[in-house]
Amino acid sequence: MSAAPAYGEDKGGSAGPGEPEYGHDPASGGIFSSDYKRHDDLKEMLDTNKDSLKLEAMKRIVAMIARGKNASDLFPAVVKNVACKNIEVKKLVYVYLVRYAEEQQDLALLSISTFQRGLKDPNQLIRASALRVLSSIRVPIIVPIMMLAIKEAASDMSPYVRKTAAHAIPKLYSLDSDQKDQLIEVIEKLLADKTTLVAGSVVMAFEEVCPERIDLIHKNYRKLCNLLIDVEEWGQVVIISMLTRYARTQFLSPTQNESLLEENPEKAFYGSEEDEAKGPGSEEATTAALPARKPYVMDPDHRLLLRNTKPLLQSRSAAVVMAVAQLYFHLAPKAEVGVIAKALVRLLRSHSEVQYVVLQNVATMSIKRRGMFEPYLKSFYIRSTDPTQIKILKLEVLTNLANETNIPTVLREFQTYIRSMDKDFVAATIQAIGRCATNIGRVRDTCLNGLVQLLSNRDELVVAESVVVIKKLLQMQPAQHGEIIKHLAKLTDNIQVPMARASILWLIGEYCEHVPKIAPDVLRKMAKSFTAEEDIVKLQVINLAAKLYLTNSKQTKLLTQYVLSLAKYDQNYDIRDRARFTRQLIVPSEQGGALSRHAKKLFLAPKPAPVLESSFKDRDHFQLGSLSHLLNAKATGYQELPDWPEEAPDPSVRNVEVPEWTKCSNREKRKEKEKPFYSDSEGESGPTESADSDPESESASDSKSSSESGSGESSSESDSEDQEEEKGKSSESEQSEEESGKRKMKKRKKVAEGQGEGSSSDEGSDSSSSSSESERTSDTEEEQVEPDSWRKKTPPSSKSAPVAKEISLLDLEDFTPPSVQPVSPPTIVSTSLATDLEGLTLTDSPLVPSLLSPVSGVGRQELLHRVAGEGLAVDYTFSRQPFSGDPHMVSVHIHFSNSSETPIKGLHVGTPKLPPGISIQEFPEIESLAPGESATAVMGINFCDSTQVANFQLCTQTRQFYVSIQPPVGELMAPVFMSENEFKKEQDLQAGH
Amino acid sequence: MIHSLFLINSSGDIFLEKHWKSVVSRSVCDYFFEAQERATEAENVPPVIPTPHHYLLSVYRHKIFFVAVIQTEVPPLFVIEFLHRVVDTFQDYFGVCSEPVIKDNVVVVYEVLEEMLDNGFPLATESNILKELIKPPTILRTVVNRSTNVGDQLPTGQLSVVPWRRTGVKYTNNEAYFDVIEEIDAIIDKSGSTITAEIQGVIDACVKLTGMPDLTLSFMNPRLLDDVSFHPCVRFKRWESERILSFIPPDGNFRLLSYHVSAQNLVAIPVYVKHNISFRDSSSLGRFEITVGPKQTMGKTIEGVIVTSQMPKGVLNMSLTPSQGTHTFDPVTKMLSWDVGKINPQKLPSLKGTMSLQAGASKPDENPTINLHFKIQQLAISGLKVNRLDMYGEKYKPFKGIKYMTKAGKFQVRT
Repeated sequence: MSAAPAYGEDKGGSAGPGEPEYGHDPASGGIFSSDYKRHDDLKEMLDTNKDSLKLEAMKRIVAMIARGKNASDLFPAVVKNVACKNIEVKKLVYVYLVRYAEEQQDLALLSISTFQRGLKDPNQLIRASALRVLSSIRVPIIVPIMMLAIKEAASDMSPYVRKTAAHAIPKLYSLDSDQKDQLIEVIEKLLADKTTLVAGSVVMAFEEVCPERIDLIHKNYRKLCNLLIDVEEWGQVVIISMLTRYARTQFLSPTQNESLLEENPEKAFYGSEEDEAKGPGSEEATTAALPARKPYVMDPDHRLLLRNTKPLLQSRSAAVVMAVAQLYFHLAPKAEVGVIAKALVRLLRSHSEVQYVVLQNVATMSIKRRGMFEPYLKSFYIRSTDPTQIKILKLEVLTNLANETNIPTVLREFQTYIRSMDKDFVAATIQAIGRCATNIGRVRDTCLNGLVQLLSNRDELVVAESVVVIKKLLQMQPAQHGEIIKHLAKLTDNIQVPMARASILWLIGEYCEHVPKIAPDVLRKMAKSFTAEEDIVKLQVINLAAKLYLTNSKQTKLLTQYVLSLAKYDQNYDIRDRARFTRQLIVPSEQGGALSRHAKKLFLAPKPAPVLESSFKDRDHFQLGSLSHLLNAKATGYQELPDWPEEAPDPSVRNVEVPEWTKCSNREKRKEKEKPFYSDSEGESGPTESADSDPESESASDSKSSSESGSGESSSESDSEDQEEEKGKSSESEQSEEESGKRKMKKRKKVAEGQGEGSSSDEGSDSSSSSSESERTSDTEEEQVEPDSWRKKTPPSSKSAPVAKEISLLDLEDFTPPSVQPVSPPTIVSTSLATDLEGLTLTDSPLVPSLLSPVSGVGRQELLHRVAGEGLAVDYTFSRQPFSGDPHMVSVHIHFSNSSETPIKGLHVGTPKLPPGISIQEFPEIESLAPGESATAVMGINFCDSTQVANFQLCTQTRQFYVSIQPPVGELMAPVFMSENEFKKEQDLQAGH
Repeated sequence: MIHSLFLINSSGDIFLEKHWKSVVSRSVCDYFFEAQERATEAENVPPVIPTPHHYLLSVYRHKIFFVAVIQTEVPPLFVIEFLHRVVDTFQDYFGVCSEPVIKDNVVVVYEVLEEMLDNGFPLATESNILKELIKPPTILRTVVNRSTNVGDQLPTGQLSVVPWRRTGVKYTNNEAYFDVIEEIDAIIDKSGSTITAEIQGVIDACVKLTGMPDLTLSFMNPRLLDDVSFHPCVRFKRWESERILSFIPPDGNFRLLSYHVSAQNLVAIPVYVKHNISFRDSSSLGRFEITVGPKQTMGKTIEGVIVTSQMPKGVLNMSLTPSQGTHTFDPVTKMLSWDVGKINPQKLPSLKGTMSLQAGASKPDENPTINLHFKIQQLAISGLKVNRLDMYGEKYKPFKGIKYMTKAGKFQVRT
């Protein structure tokens, strides 16, 4: 039946003008008997010279394939057209080939040469498409040809062809797994590729061919992290799940030492991943020295992964969001996992299939980390229009989330669900109530009462389910519930559902001492109706009889014997069997005395209460978001998520040598251009601004490190102590006394608190960071009003510098220079200027101006990295002070530090190559720099009011390094001293009124 | 990854199959049919069905099951997301995605599917690129029957750094329209108080601009948007730092962003429903009365109001009189639907009457929930407002338009 309409197009085509002779009887489309004839038609059409006829024929053939009809006998006729000039015919022939080549291998070989020619085409798209089809033809004979083609394409100029090569790898592997070793070589090569186009596809190939070769990832780890945001969505999913596994093998568990992490301010700061995304800057982490056994310190690479995946929570693709969520669940410290909740809840608005998968994962997560989803409890409320499978999953989540505080609302919600028309769902709700009652002792009685009320429900299914749940609940504390058991006993008259009847009988039998009067009566009634009962009920009647006989044989002896006799002749052999067995046990006889003596122990042994627990418990040993997790069974090809290693493997394996480090500024810019999209956030604002923003973000991180170590911990504590002291002194006058120093302190404290919040709250950091940001901005404003009072406060933070050095390892900023501290005595003017300038720039990094020390506040740029400089690391800052030698020159502070083993001698500037107009005042030669030591020198550069680059050589006794400084516009200014009034006057003039 | 795809209609016919690796026999779908039978309703078919050798992952849209066959471990959402993307692409190509349309365009469908996956791994899923590769059918081309679907120039868009935008776009009228559409999801309890309410917003764009325009869109109150997801074209960093949407748009229709406002106190509920639905134990008649009225509408009219309700099984028929609009009751599905239209605050629309119940049966113990649909033009209920839209990178002056609309999403009133 479906055939006829599908032919609509064909009919239209063949009945078209020009070729009426091929006009096609509409009826024949659906009739199999005419297959032969029709295929002759098609063959004839394919053999003509007219492209339009060929196209028509191919379209019909493809339509046949689409409907699952066999078109394989046309193979010879079709394959002839593989070299057809018409692109569409060619494409359709490809479709045909890929579908049938496997079945007709010999004929398929005829087409190979066409593709081989295509592989040499100057156009990259044709090369790619040739490789794609060639690799899709599953003919084992051409494996060597494919291998060759893949190898060649892997070093093609065009990233698109390389991507196709990556796609071809798993195809070849599935055809011939002996090629594995060679393919791994290709994968290794493609993994080193720096384009986003290739990254996703090659990782996919890696996962299919050699997921165990984790060592191939080391060198590419950082690159993958940095590229991630620009990779297309499908690639992102694959890369993220691979990196999750990688991280599990390479880093230490972040949960092993949770308390220390509370202090980690990283979270408030995630905006500063900018420098990471910029590329080479991060590739050179100062990780080597990380002590492994010390209190837990997160590997900077671990942090990098977390930081770079976080923005992807905002992807439009549910798959990407889920991938990031599982990464956070498996890798992030407890305090940070919370951020994923919001994104997951957002996915609940999506299609019901997406909801289904997400809810399964949320159900698992909510058992482990209940707090994470508690704020979103209401998002899991059930609507009557939800499909049943969604309802039941939501119910599961609600049950997992229920706790002492929210149980009243949850139960109220359950109450409405019980009245739903969807009976399966009602049954699940009653089960859920049972679980809440077992988990939360406080509401056990309420729940039980509610369930007992349900016993009078009109719907028998509801009653039955309630009875079953009540039975389980009563088992936990039977003593108090004689009343309920009595109530249940009465129900036996009405309730018909076998399972429920059985449950009631079991309860009465088990707790017959609590209802000594009723129990025999129930047995009497059941004995009467015994023959009409269901099997499951009969078994319980026998049980009840046996138990009563043992406890109360006087009243029930006859009844029991009656029941047993009935059962003896029952149709069901289970029941006959049980009856015989029971009789032997309880009725003392001459020979079998041993057993019957213990009959009481056998029948009335205390039984453990059943545990009502979620079916999602312990599902998290499967990687979340995976098919295996969803099915709760290992799927083929599932890669086990490894446990954290006891000791971290060597982190230096991920180091990548960057040969031309000194030219980093140039490189960076070039990279930015070719780099796709997101990373060049300042792209439009021109190169100057983006250059300008760099020192800013860095300064932010600098200040952060000092805040964390200096004031964040030690001085804020001392501050608060001070405060308390002062409180003691002047507790009454406190409010009126607006002493500025004290206000400062309060403010400082506030900042510190703000940060603390940012890092420890497990809420989504979006909200918390935005609030703390606003707090900070308000601080900034105040700061500017009284900069000099603030000045007094700075010394402590610079005093604690040595501490800062040590702990700055904690903050994982790759940029933090080892130890250099500003030497120049800061002046009031420079600070306020610095703060003013902060207001001018447009960076996103949340500023903490109150914690800036004046010099680091201007921001450090790297001139020479310690690796490139063979141990000599050089940074520079624009100190924003007049250069003493020449007023036209900008003063630049150069910080040297020697991290090598040997002293560095004779540091000086050599033969600058300068553009016209630019001049340099060299710094005096530094005689020697001992290992571990650092020094600062001041040099002056006249940039001639331009942003041209000053290139010069930095010479030591043995080496020369080419370095360059490019000033951002904001630094090309001369400081001017003026009073506040003067300043205002000038400002008015500028405003132009 | 994805081995094969089967399209199955509601009567259980496989009307299209496509294989990206070796052919998987269509008999694998028998497992699916089994599950379908067990589920009774289409929407209850489990999205993931394990079979001895394969796994079947399916989505159900437009009365068609899209069943993907996979063989090895793969994130299920990956497949589901892809299947939805396939449906969206079809919709984009043909206007509607239905069985007859797919059958009529089976060759285009096949070609599109061929491009979307390579060996089961997604290759080109952006509709702008696909349209460069395979042209969507147009009336002209069907009439003339010079039907080459394949684009004649090479699809260079695939290679660019903005893969979502096709190259060489030209328009005589340059225009950019943005629709801010907000949907209110709410559950209102019996007494009329809000149990939960959320706003789900999207900004859909229709951008027809020549060349490579670079747009920025800023909001008056960007703080409202705390839970956002973006089209890949949006520069994330810029949003993080300045709360400005900066992007090079795809050509044509696309969803720029979607957002979620969940804080309960923020959500204004624009309508209320007064209801009195009662069944009596003794008689076989029940009373039914609903009145709909405006609540917090910011002075805008509420239009397109539709009230639907699934009545209990015991209800045989209903005899109702609406004060305005039309109503229907389907005695088989027990679905009551009342198309109200506009709400006039002076004369509130109401629907009154009686329900006849099954004689002898006890009264149903559940009350029906009322689902509400409505629209409010020119209003974004969250208060979100676009501040300005600027274009860089091109010289001409585009025509810009922004429209607001509030709709009911999953809006339920429990009775």
